[in-house]
Amino acid sequence: MTEKTLIDARGSFCPGPLMELIAQLKSAEVGDEFEVLSSDKGSANDIPEWVEKAGHELVESREDKGVWHITVKKKR
Amino acid sequence: MRILIIGGGMGGTILANNLARRLSSEIKAGKVNLTMLSASEKHFYQPGLLYLAVGQMMPDELYREQVSLLEPGIAFHVDPVTEFHLDENQVKTQSDRTYDYDVLVIATGSRVNMEEIPGLAENAEMFYTEEGALKMLKSLREFEGGRVVVCVGVPHKCPMAPLEITFMMHDFFKERGILDKVELYYTYPIGRIHSLENVAKWATPEFDQLGIKYETFFNMKEVDGDNKILRSEEGAEVNYDLLVTIPAHKGMEVVESQGLGKDGWVPIDRLRLNMEGRDNVFAIGDTTNLPISKAGSTAHFEAEALGENIASMVKIGQPVRDYDGKVFCFIEAGKDRATYASFDYLNPPDPKPPTRAVHWFKVAYNQLYWASARGLL
Repeated sequence: MTEKTLIDARGSFCPGPLMELIAQLKSAEVGDEFEVLSSDKGSANDIPEWVEKAGHELVESREDKGVWHITVKKKR
Repeated sequence: MRILIIGGGMGGTILANNLARRLSSEIKAGKVNLTMLSASEKHFYQPGLLYLAVGQMMPDELYREQVSLLEPGIAFHVDPVTEFHLDENQVKTQSDRTYDYDVLVIATGSRVNMEEIPGLAENAEMFYTEEGALKMLKSLREFEGGRVVVCVGVPHKCPMAPLEITFMMHDFFKERGILDKVELYYTYPIGRIHSLENVAKWATPEFDQLGIKYETFFNMKEVDGDNKILRSEEGAEVNYDLLVTIPAHKGMEVVESQGLGKDGWVPIDRLRLNMEGRDNVFAIGDTTNLPISKAGSTAHFEAEALGENIASMVKIGQPVRDYDGKVFCFIEAGKDRATYASFDYLNPPDPKPPTRAVHWFKVAYNQLYWASARGLL
């Protein structure tokens, strides 16, 4: 079943937004979507980079008042 | 008021002792009942496992009788919880007893989860259990040379462990005189060698200087033990002669099976530490779904904040402070050098160059911990 899960990783220095996303994607179903909230501007680069490498889909990446909203769909 | 703490690890023990002190008069007067349920009569100092794996600590240094660490006034029972009935403010236990509570704290910790990576449990060394650490020590002592691959699952307990075991293996092989026959090959799930950017900035030149190779964006997919190949989700392959893993973790089985949280992590408010939708149920330590380090210091600082708040709720009917996300991690950079990372929700860490002094402080802390668990430090 497709669902969208919020990962609020604002203020997360360790393990950090990308590690949170990786951990949650592992136990998700193909087609599930995750919206990561991150206050770390590095996430705007490293999440899309990993998503491409790992073969998932970057649905959206936008900044709103210092918070990055990055939506990823599990593809495999 | 009946306060029930589930779990006798670092977080549960520090919290229980904190509350027993703050509420000693209320406990003596019979106004507060403080109970701890644990799965073991022993208290286990888990950070010592890293040292066990390289022969720097012995198993008997890692255990104390749990009752010896607890303040008077805490009713302690070895009776693990089997069912949570949060709507009824009750838990049921292995001995078929029912415990009622007004305030519940879940501090059951986490467990190694190697099963989801095919071939990992059969082929990799890991030091997250006493048995595993001793087996790894034997493998390290018998290793005659070749490629040692470090692979990392997420989420895992102790964020510094991947770096620490790599540095410590470097020095272990150097002391054995076989370093020139060993290639250390470190892999990490994200695009740098540690999740904390400043830690990665510090550790990368250290790796370069020591000749430790690394590959990033490497998430374990499977291990082919017959051909000694580790494959990643990203499509990479690496050959190994010795495979060492920092395995992914899950919350405890009872938390997961009772539906308290996905993968056994209890969802909580990051400031008040109460379970989502529940004002009288809290979780601390590894047990939570917070996007912060699963580390002993996290459990310690959460326990202190929660202890203050539960005590103030008893005394004045309201909490007095928020948990600020504080974490403090030592980082061993070999057998005799260390640094540390200290951070919270607002302030990232900035580790300094490693020194012998910090290493010896960590060695001292391995003994001072027992005072820390008692709530004295």
